Amino acid sequence: MADRAAGGIQIRNLYKIFGSDPQAYIDAVKAGMTKAELNEKHGHILGLRDINIEIPSGTIQVIMGLSGSGKSTLIRHINRLIDPTAGEVLVDGTDVVKMTEAELLSFRRQQTGMVFQKFALLPHRNVLDNTLYGLEVRGIDRQKGIDTAMRWLDRVGLKGFEQKYPNQLSGGMQQRVGLARALANDAPVLLMDEAYSALDPLIRTDMQTMLLELQKELHKTVVFITHDLDEALRLGDQIAILRDGEIIQQGSSQDIVLRPADDYVANFVKEVNRGRFIHVDAVMAPFSGSAGPDDQPAIPAEATIEEAARVVMAHPAGSATVRGKDGKAIGVVSLRDLTAAMVKAEPVATR
Amino acid sequence: MDWLVEFPHMNDDSLRALKKTIDEGFRGFTRSHGDTIEALFSPLKFFLIHSERIMVEAPWPIVTAVILAIAWIGSRSWRIVLGCLVTLLAIGFFGMWEDTMRTISMIFVCTLLAVVIGIPIGILMSRSERFRRVMNPILDVMQTMPSFVYLIPVVMLLGIGKVPGLIAVVIYAIPPMIRLTDLGIRLVDKDVLEAADAFGSSNWQKLTKVQLPLALPTVMAGINQTIMMALAMVVVASMIGVQGLGQPVLKAIANQYFTLGLFNGFAIVGIAIMFDRVSQAYGKRLQQHREVTHG
Repeated sequence: MADRAAGGIQIRNLYKIFGSDPQAYIDAVKAGMTKAELNEKHGHILGLRDINIEIPSGTIQVIMGLSGSGKSTLIRHINRLIDPTAGEVLVDGTDVVKMTEAELLSFRRQQTGMVFQKFALLPHRNVLDNTLYGLEVRGIDRQKGIDTAMRWLDRVGLKGFEQKYPNQLSGGMQQRVGLARALANDAPVLLMDEAYSALDPLIRTDMQTMLLELQKELHKTVVFITHDLDEALRLGDQIAILRDGEIIQQGSSQDIVLRPADDYVANFVKEVNRGRFIHVDAVMAPFSGSAGPDDQPAIPAEATIEEAARVVMAHPAGSATVRGKDGKAIGVVSLRDLTAAMVKAEPVATR
Repeated sequence: MDWLVEFPHMNDDSLRALKKTIDEGFRGFTRSHGDTIEALFSPLKFFLIHSERIMVEAPWPIVTAVILAIAWIGSRSWRIVLGCLVTLLAIGFFGMWEDTMRTISMIFVCTLLAVVIGIPIGILMSRSERFRRVMNPILDVMQTMPSFVYLIPVVMLLGIGKVPGLIAVVIYAIPPMIRLTDLGIRLVDKDVLEAADAFGSSNWQKLTKVQLPLALPTVMAGINQTIMMALAMVVVASMIGVQGLGQPVLKAIANQYFTLGLFNGFAIVGIAIMFDRVSQAYGKRLQQHREVTHG
């Protein structure tokens, strides 16, 4: 039942109420008391309501929401920087909520790394000493720590900056230090709390690319918080959208773009470049037995519409064969289908 | 209508009896425990005497060189070192070298003691709201109670000399050390603390690797304040037998020797400025990497 691979995370029935006596209201909230009622009548704030997320090991889970939606609260439950009012947070099958103080320390040291919106580097330590902070806390031999830290600094492109202090660096570089510090721990879970929100757009895109490249070889379980839909769609294997402490939709980028759960989500995805997130197999016409014409190009099923359009445009045939993972032709897609899906001219057929 | 004109107070006899009981109780305590308490403070006395002996008996060029070296290490500024040199030479030239050395030695020991006691108390205050609530009024009393008042029980217990003087000075000078340590730790950025938590730092690791280093500039300001306040107590301490620059001032007050008072007063001001500039420059240097911004 539970995903036992390293770093898999399950969040079950998680509730968080902020206030002087949260336990007194948990039953009422479970029975359906609204956030507004709880606040007005009892002076408690409902942070999270009934959160359930399954994050398979080795995937990037994006949690998206506007400010005040509870996303930063949610990520802090995974390494228990915040204690929940009710519910379970299982990492590798172990409930973080039930850990003792000592177990929690060792869990944070061995299993998680975290990157923060405001970087949260230690201003009195240089880049190198910041990067090896996690290793130092674990009691790892300093020389070994330096080797590891230098390797990660090199990976995030900060070679030569080891002796600088954080405030001598730009925001983007500071966050690279933050990332190197989290990665140096070699923990299976990487928590990124609006890690790129404070960066300007170009640097943000760079950092996203770097994360995706690193993820290709590291296969960590990444929980990434953002308020930016483009970022969410670009990075997320799975996306959960949070509003007022509740999850209103979970799914892949394509699910979110194609089938927004309500007006709130629909409003978000309105301006999105659909061509980048919808895959061709969602818009193709499936084959009914016969193989397609030989004189047209082939496209893998998981290609995006934009990529497919580029291929089809370059070819006189005006359409392409869609091939599944096993290489078998599973459908055909025309330039017309692709364009229609991109501009949302007609309802798109669901798979 | 008597009670309106005169404040209704405890009747004179019982008031007298109350004071007498407390006084005799304390006197009894002094008689029975005085020796034990004195023995308790004897390591302090040993330390005081030796530190003073070194300062007074060492040849003046060596002492000057050491002080200037410390000033250089602390401030890395030739101007401050030069200022220290001129001050020391002037003090020596006007014949106050020995008294100044005694005072510097006393201030050194007082500051050391205040730091050793004050920092742990400040740390505890920053960690426990309850302890802070208890300590705050005590610190208020220490700072505002006229020092002569607590000199009485100290002198009754320990007699006249260096150690009671030291205790009086430390009581007066330690509150800023405690308060600023507490404040410095509380001012540490919450985000940075959260990051330390997220990486699994234990409380001790958080304290030594994050909170204290980041609080250090504020703690340095506390040490600076403590030194200044200790210097201000030099004259009062001389009343209970602490040797140094305070005693000539006391003599000058009693006999109306204006110049004697002025010279020694200026010597105190001189070493105060020396201590202040060096310790401030050091504190500033500690924060250097925070002030440099990229760009």
